[in-house]
Amino acid sequence: MTSKIIPIRADGTAAHQKTAEFEYITTRKDALVGWARKFSIFPYPFVTACCGMEFMSVSSTIYDTDRFGAALPRFSPRQADLMMVVGTISHKQAPVLLRVWEQMCEPKWVMAFGVCATSGGFYNNYAVLQGIDKILPVDIYIPGCPPRPETVIDGIMQLQDKIARSRHPIVNEVY
Amino acid sequence: MGAEALAMVRERLASAATDIGLDHGMLVVSLPREALLPAVTMLKDELAFDLFLDVTAVDWPERDYRFEVVYHFYSTRHFVRVRVKTHVLEQDASVDSLVGLYGAAGYMERECHEMYGIDFRGNPDLRHILLYEGFVGHPLRKDYDKEHEQPLVPYRQ
Amino acid sequence: MTLPAGYQIPNPIRPAFDETANPDALVVSIGPSHPATHGTAQVIAMLEAEKVVRADVHCGYLHRGFEKECEAHTWHNLIPYVDRLNYCSAMINDFAYCAAVEELLGIEITPRTKYLRTLLSEYSRVADHITCIAAALMELGAMTAFLYMMTLRDYIYEHMADLTGARVTHSYGRIGGLAHDLPDGWLERLDEIFKEYDEFMGRIHGLMDRNRIFIERMRDVGTISTADAINCGYTGPILRSTGAPRDLRKDTPYLAYAELDFEVPVGIKGDNYDRYYVRMREMDESMHMIRQLMKMLPDGPINVDDRRCTFPDKKLVYGEIESLINHFKLVMEGPHVPPGEVYLAHEGANGELGFYIVSNGDGRPYKVHVRAPSFIHVGGVHKMLEGYQLADVVPTFGSVNMIGGECDR
Repeated sequence: MTSKIIPIRADGTAAHQKTAEFEYITTRKDALVGWARKFSIFPYPFVTACCGMEFMSVSSTIYDTDRFGAALPRFSPRQADLMMVVGTISHKQAPVLLRVWEQMCEPKWVMAFGVCATSGGFYNNYAVLQGIDKILPVDIYIPGCPPRPETVIDGIMQLQDKIARSRHPIVNEVY
Repeated sequence: MGAEALAMVRERLASAATDIGLDHGMLVVSLPREALLPAVTMLKDELAFDLFLDVTAVDWPERDYRFEVVYHFYSTRHFVRVRVKTHVLEQDASVDSLVGLYGAAGYMERECHEMYGIDFRGNPDLRHILLYEGFVGHPLRKDYDKEHEQPLVPYRQ
Repeated sequence: MTLPAGYQIPNPIRPAFDETANPDALVVSIGPSHPATHGTAQVIAMLEAEKVVRADVHCGYLHRGFEKECEAHTWHNLIPYVDRLNYCSAMINDFAYCAAVEELLGIEITPRTKYLRTLLSEYSRVADHITCIAAALMELGAMTAFLYMMTLRDYIYEHMADLTGARVTHSYGRIGGLAHDLPDGWLERLDEIFKEYDEFMGRIHGLMDRNRIFIERMRDVGTISTADAINCGYTGPILRSTGAPRDLRKDTPYLAYAELDFEVPVGIKGDNYDRYYVRMREMDESMHMIRQLMKMLPDGPINVDDRRCTFPDKKLVYGEIESLINHFKLVMEGPHVPPGEVYLAHEGANGELGFYIVSNGDGRPYKVHVRAPSFIHVGGVHKMLEGYQLADVVPTFGSVNMIGGECDR
């Protein structure tokens, strides 16, 4: 159940009828919230396979995700907003992945880290899910087997751009 | 030291085995499946082959005996390995389980069962181990199509 | 995205027991998405207060169909799949597989390759032990030790990337030799890495070895006896931590190990602390072996000159028709390995890594089976978990070093 918050103006009209001043305020609000959200990402590292090695490397001192505010992993899906699917997802693991994703609260983003999460990698057989986008919506795909840490950082920065320029309807619309 | 152990294995299993020979440096013993459990018990108790390495199967669809069940054992005292093979028919693909002798047999037999469909008589727990509940078929058989997926979660439209 | 109304997400496993088995106990599922299970394993634990009474360990969440996939590729093309088995020490997998195929082909590798393979196996072993110990320490809360070891491991990865082109999964071994020879300056950088290794490992020893909290958490936790260990099929550092000095490099030497001078560290009690210390000492021994090998490295060709598996020189491929056809057949059909079967084992970072290969004369394998040490260790890990506290599941599982890729294949 979502609750509708529709601000009402002084003359009784609903505020989501668009006026230029209102749109200016909401776009500035979106920019502020986007800036805050992009620099305070709480990842949920759903680590399964070899890409986990590069995930450990990219979180460590040489290539640091803490510079982006994205270092602290939150191992509870309730507290996380970015699910990094790191490594191959087999059909046995798919229900677990879906359950964890369902438990995350909005706003949430999904990163497919590595080619196995993107498309099944070079495992084209009975056991491997051919890409997590078959069961979840994915926001950013990071190719590589495993991707170099610089590629991961490029991916995180592109995700940050995406978060910054997206709409964050927390006040002015039905959410 | 290793050679003596292998010579003793040859001698003790010569009567039960259909074929004993050296293959790429390893002693290979082919047995009928009824002789398997006594032979392995003898290997473990008397000849110090105490480490159970591996059990797997090979699928030969064009042969009469379709599955060849292959065991490997290692002796931590003599530092040698031995391979024990037996073969089973497709309709009656079952062998005796080695869980009474080796604790390691539990998981390995579960995997061989789910991949090839070979029944290990006496193993109390033959659930799926690498595959999931609801998976139908035995993937490593030659007639299972490699790309035949059985997804658990419905795909997005 | 919405799921169908009333959709229940299915449970992929069937646990061995549930709450009805013991009404006083609580049954929890640790995993399969858990920070401390090193990837994907699930422990269904029956708890009475904080004590684990029964544990049912489920693996298979990373089953990627390695054996079936291998039957569909040529002998050369499946080397990247082999790499991704124990991805922490990728080169050991490569060399064990290539050695098994070389045994079937009946070829003997060149001396330079023999020493290089030994050196790189030991180097990979160091990387694997660093990963295992770093992850185990991080799960106990020692974040600083984790970061020190990750920095060292990054230096090693960059160094390997200089050689092979990839940081983690190298695919460097080839049937009959290696992909290419060492680049210039590689051995000098290895000297520098020795200094980094001594410095960082000195810090870890200083932080951990006599640390009261570390000892309290690891000593006498997760103990297993030698008899139990051998019965459950343990090999490698876990078996050595129980006191049995079994190491394939000493017992049945292969590659260049017979010519090297090294010790096999053993533990006393078979608990978590012993496994930690055995791995630390094994890393020291590996670095000692690498120092000896650097001096022993002979010159010469890398690949054996056998046209059944080695690609001919590019000049010849463009120049003469026989080499062109040879190259074409090797790429399209794969090397024709004579029919037969072989089992060959190397000492992997976790224990005896064996490849059982069956060939029917084709350019593709008939069967490639991996005797994966992690899989067999997971079969016996319930013995180390039962009777201890819930909080001990984390360091015990960490010290077993279950690598998902190797366990589930």
